[in-house]
Amino acid sequence: MVKNFGYKILSDASIDFDRNDKRIADYLKAHEPSMNLCIGCGSCTATCSAGHFVDFNIRRIHTFIRRGETNQVKRDILKCMFCGKCQLVCPRGVNLRNVILTINRAIEQTG
Amino acid sequence: MNKKVIVVGGGVSGMTAAGALSELGMEVVLLEKDDHTGGHAGNWDRLFPSRRPGKEVIDFIEKSMSSTVEIRCGSRVTSIDRNTEGFTVNLHNGDPLTAESVVIATGYELFDARKKEEYGYGIYDNVITSAELEAIFKEGRQLVTHNGKTPQRVGLIHCVGSRDEKVGNLYCSKVCCVTGVKQAIEIREMLPGCEVFSFYMDLRMYDRNFEELYYEAQQKWGVNFIRGRLSECAENPDHSLILKTEDTLTGRPLKMTVDLVVLLVGFVPRPETRIISDMLKLQTGSDGFLSPVDEHFKDNSTSVPGLFLAGAVKGPACIVNSIADARATAVQVKAYINGEMVKW
Repeated sequence: MVKNFGYKILSDASIDFDRNDKRIADYLKAHEPSMNLCIGCGSCTATCSAGHFVDFNIRRIHTFIRRGETNQVKRDILKCMFCGKCQLVCPRGVNLRNVILTINRAIEQTG
Repeated sequence: MNKKVIVVGGGVSGMTAAGALSELGMEVVLLEKDDHTGGHAGNWDRLFPSRRPGKEVIDFIEKSMSSTVEIRCGSRVTSIDRNTEGFTVNLHNGDPLTAESVVIATGYELFDARKKEEYGYGIYDNVITSAELEAIFKEGRQLVTHNGKTPQRVGLIHCVGSRDEKVGNLYCSKVCCVTGVKQAIEIREMLPGCEVFSFYMDLRMYDRNFEELYYEAQQKWGVNFIRGRLSECAENPDHSLILKTEDTLTGRPLKMTVDLVVLLVGFVPRPETRIISDMLKLQTGSDGFLSPVDEHFKDNSTSVPGLFLAGAVKGPACIVNSIADARATAVQVKAYINGEMVKW
């Protein structure tokens, strides 16, 4: 009988860019290329209606998508209420509402 | 009246100062240690942000001075003495020169990337510097990996040797951000199938049309920007490289394989700058570059009467600023020689 010392192997928590699934990112790049203009300022998240009440950070979600980190994002993206304030404040003119619609469409297509 | 001026250094600043001084009626000798003038700018293919050919700028400055300035290439200064007559400049070859005024325009050196050992320059074959990439562009060569393959993914690393206490350089080198953006565009232009990733801490697009170039890099060329300083670069058996950084915008560590790494090396003072400052008891900043008497109003003057500074010997500067600074120096020198007080 092997004694269980309670050790376990943790999975790598870093972003593994080479292995990640970038299908949503590629779809987004093809259908809403303005997403590449993000400079990470956080204006969208600061003004977000949903983000003030629930754990929803649109700036980070859209960065995660571009890195191919999609698992958590698939759940979080549903919290958007499509009020469009993020798009009104974006200093780079990213079409954020369409970014989210396109992410949803990509999730539908890639499963 | 003696109107002799010696300009030390034949880069953009020295050449510009020499040309402007001769236009203002001075007798100018330009000393350059290399066998040709042009300095660092002469090694650059295209200049940011307009991507104008560097040669065009160098040729223009050279033409403005070549017929009136006595140019001495291959001349190293061994000492500069201030005496009652003015200055005596001793050379490693030839007779000493005398002048009423001396302009120090000895510029800078590029940071030696080997000092950032964890980035693998000089250890891994596929790690090159921004200067080496520029040489590839200038010579019209194709960008390939060490074993001759077209890279599928290139990583550009910002702030190598700058903003880094670990290499003793706390300062920002100013021009590498926009150089990185320019080179990212040029890689995409040459190799449309190659992905480009820029790893940065901040992108300091401080001057006119820089931010627009950054926008163009994202919009037109699809360059990817990842905010985070590279922690280390490791080599795979196939000589590709693994980059490790924090993707600070997601707050997670990130690793990625690239075929080629370009290190955007910053400016450091030349060792000669230290020798000059010791010899003439000039002020230097904590960064090791020479300091003028007053950063606002006497920004080309030193504590030695008749000794002036021009360009990147005072710290990192782009070509546009070096030209403006050298022209300002020339006006100051002329006023000094003519015994005019400059009140502004």
